[in-house]
Amino acid sequence: MFFGPEEGHFALALGCVLAVFQCAIPLWAAHSAKHQRLVALAPALAVGQLIALSLSFLSLILCAVHDDFSVQNVAANSAIAKPLLYKITGVWGSHEGSVLLWTLILALCGGAVSLFGRNLPDILRGRVLAILGGVSAGFQLFCLLTSDPFERLYPAPMDGQGMNPLLQDPGLAFHPPILYTGYVGFAVPFAFAVAALIEGRVDAAWGRWVRPWAVAAWAFLTCGIALGSWWSYYVLGWGGYWFWDPVENASLIPWLTGTALVHSAIVVEKREGLKIWTVLLAIATFSFSLSGTFLVRSGILNSVHAFANDPARGVFILALLAIVIGGSLSLFAWRAPSLTAGGLFAPVSREGALVLNNILLCSICAVVVTGTMYPPFMQLLAGRTISVGKPFFDAATIPLTLPLLLAMGLGTALPWKRAHLPRSFAHLRTAIPLTLVGLALCWWHFSGILPIACGVLSVWVIAASIADMARRLGLPGGTLRSVLSRARSLPRSSWGATLAHIGAGITVLGLSGMSSAQHAIVEVPIGHTTHLAGDDWTLTNIRHLRGPNYNALRADITISHNGHVITILHPEKRDFTSQHQTTTEVSIHTNFLRDLYGVIGDQQGTGANTTYVLRLHNNTLAPWMWLGALIMAIGGGLSLSDRRLRIGAPRRATALAEKTS
Amino acid sequence: MTRKTRRLWLVISCLACLGLAAGLTLRAFSSNIVFFMAPSQVRAHPPSPDRTIRLGGMVVAGSLHRIVVHNTPVNEFQITDGQAAITVSYAGILPDLFREGQSVVALGTVERGGAFTASEVLAKHDETYMPKEVAEELRRTGKWDPRFGKAPDAASWNTMTSSEDSSHKNTKTGG
Repeated sequence: MFFGPEEGHFALALGCVLAVFQCAIPLWAAHSAKHQRLVALAPALAVGQLIALSLSFLSLILCAVHDDFSVQNVAANSAIAKPLLYKITGVWGSHEGSVLLWTLILALCGGAVSLFGRNLPDILRGRVLAILGGVSAGFQLFCLLTSDPFERLYPAPMDGQGMNPLLQDPGLAFHPPILYTGYVGFAVPFAFAVAALIEGRVDAAWGRWVRPWAVAAWAFLTCGIALGSWWSYYVLGWGGYWFWDPVENASLIPWLTGTALVHSAIVVEKREGLKIWTVLLAIATFSFSLSGTFLVRSGILNSVHAFANDPARGVFILALLAIVIGGSLSLFAWRAPSLTAGGLFAPVSREGALVLNNILLCSICAVVVTGTMYPPFMQLLAGRTISVGKPFFDAATIPLTLPLLLAMGLGTALPWKRAHLPRSFAHLRTAIPLTLVGLALCWWHFSGILPIACGVLSVWVIAASIADMARRLGLPGGTLRSVLSRARSLPRSSWGATLAHIGAGITVLGLSGMSSAQHAIVEVPIGHTTHLAGDDWTLTNIRHLRGPNYNALRADITISHNGHVITILHPEKRDFTSQHQTTTEVSIHTNFLRDLYGVIGDQQGTGANTTYVLRLHNNTLAPWMWLGALIMAIGGGLSLSDRRLRIGAPRRATALAEKTS
Repeated sequence: MTRKTRRLWLVISCLACLGLAAGLTLRAFSSNIVFFMAPSQVRAHPPSPDRTIRLGGMVVAGSLHRIVVHNTPVNEFQITDGQAAITVSYAGILPDLFREGQSVVALGTVERGGAFTASEVLAKHDETYMPKEVAEELRRTGKWDPRFGKAPDAASWNTMTSSEDSSHKNTKTGG
């Protein structure tokens, strides 16, 4: 083969060497006055590393496409009969492949900083790339030394073993790259934070440079989490969307601190406040991303056995995490006091609201971290096996979310520096009728005090965001022309923020709606009708189908309301005989306000007494959860396209630079 | 407002939020922590009926039977750790990988009579999966020791019943 696994392995090693140089040269060059010109090598090295890793990843994909089962990773995760798409996506299904994907995305971040960071000062860009290179080198070494994706297998098997029908799904296939881009993307704000600590300077320009990277990573992470949740909703067939298990929490924790980071960087940019805090948040977010991917996902912390199974891997990863996290935190402890503290500000002001947002998000994060880490620590220290689940997280996080939502609606309407609370409320008076309508609707449709409160407050967030935007556009009262010209002159980032807030409101509304979802599990013969949530669900027919490599049981469930047919659901249960596996194909009918969700279980009895187990769900506002997340991510993307972030302004005040250096 | 009072505001709001978070966490911990118990532990110290626990062990071979109550399927089976067996009833669809003689974890409450009502039954989507609590428990009771090899094949657990005490002999040779 033209570009086989050995070449891929070599490319990975080459990438690792380039990463080491990318780390060492700029750091050394920036330090010595004589060789400062060498800093300019950093972007070239970063691009070189990106090319090497892309080739390496490509060669692994080629091995999978060509069914080269002499490569152990392919033999374990692919098979001849697998569709081409899943041969490719199966590459990152394994531990080794996912570490390679992880380093590739990190290299992509380095490449992006080299290409899009042309307006950065050379020294800062060199240092940022050096930090990225250092992290990259560590994980490529981990990949090379302990989890080599190109390891050969002798003798090569005739066929691979990676034919798991449950994992052949587009949602699962594209979930890891998107989620990883979110996780790894926070490496760039992290590198900026460490570079700023080395340099000893954080200012408004720094805030402006770091924010787009944080927003981009945040948008990807939002999408990744939503996609994962959606996948578990429609594939697993339990009607659930979030299980609060450690793997899910591992993605939620950096999302919470990342959201705080995106907001606190605004204060750095606009008011030069919260500087030290923002640096700490950038470090914390990436540290949580790292520990999330490598400790929780790999199960090292969850089970002592996984650690014992492969001590080299576990020790290596723990050492790596200790160097990255411990190193950056020590640097922070050493250098942060030398950063000039920003100005303090009035509690009632835009920056005050942003501080409140940060405090609340970090409190929620602390609760989630505690809930996630407490059981494994109890297991390790006291030997007691305990677990915490949805009831714990609901009881501990929802009361903290309520003030967050309240502040979210009000925050964008507050002016910078000093605000007058009654006046700002008056700006939002148009939002109040809508909120009252929301209150009536939530009262009517939801059950329980917390879901109603969450529902009302999310309507408030949406209404207040719209009212604030309307006020900025000069509505009501402005002529069409003035409104349009105002709309054009408003920065894209304000549109993005409004959109993201509306998205968050929609997601929370969806979550509150799901708390009044209803379900029934029934065992019925053909022709039987079940009443659920005011509708009649009738099992009208059952068919036995043959797929390409499975036998399926397909049900027709007719849902009607007062004799008027709404839809017919066709859930299937597929039996993959050669793999000894059954999968459930959920059937969902959505009218945007609710999902009608049907699953067929086992067939019981024979002949005239045959009955079928059905699981029927009426999920109120379910699609809103993912729609809201998508809108949030689009809002992030929109604010990235703000021209202020790309052209002009990011020039440091030189007078200031001379004063501090 | 002076610089000092502003800083005070910041500190107070931080402390208030963290205090609130800590209070909520403790409150939620005190009522929502779920302990894992083996059948013999449940038999020895029955938890109160309002307390959710995770009950784990092996499904006793031949103990599963189904009844239909008001069109709702109810599965009844016994979970054992080799010393005691608890009858579990679960209204719902058992996971695809639920098998008699294999390990399982059930989430639910112990009724006053000693029977267990499960709200959730867990068996992961992997043929070789053994929940780690169950593995721990089996090791503790001497049914299986990881040092002697992999968990025994599902077939050998089929012979394991609640009254059988000699099962660890044949499982140890399996490794």
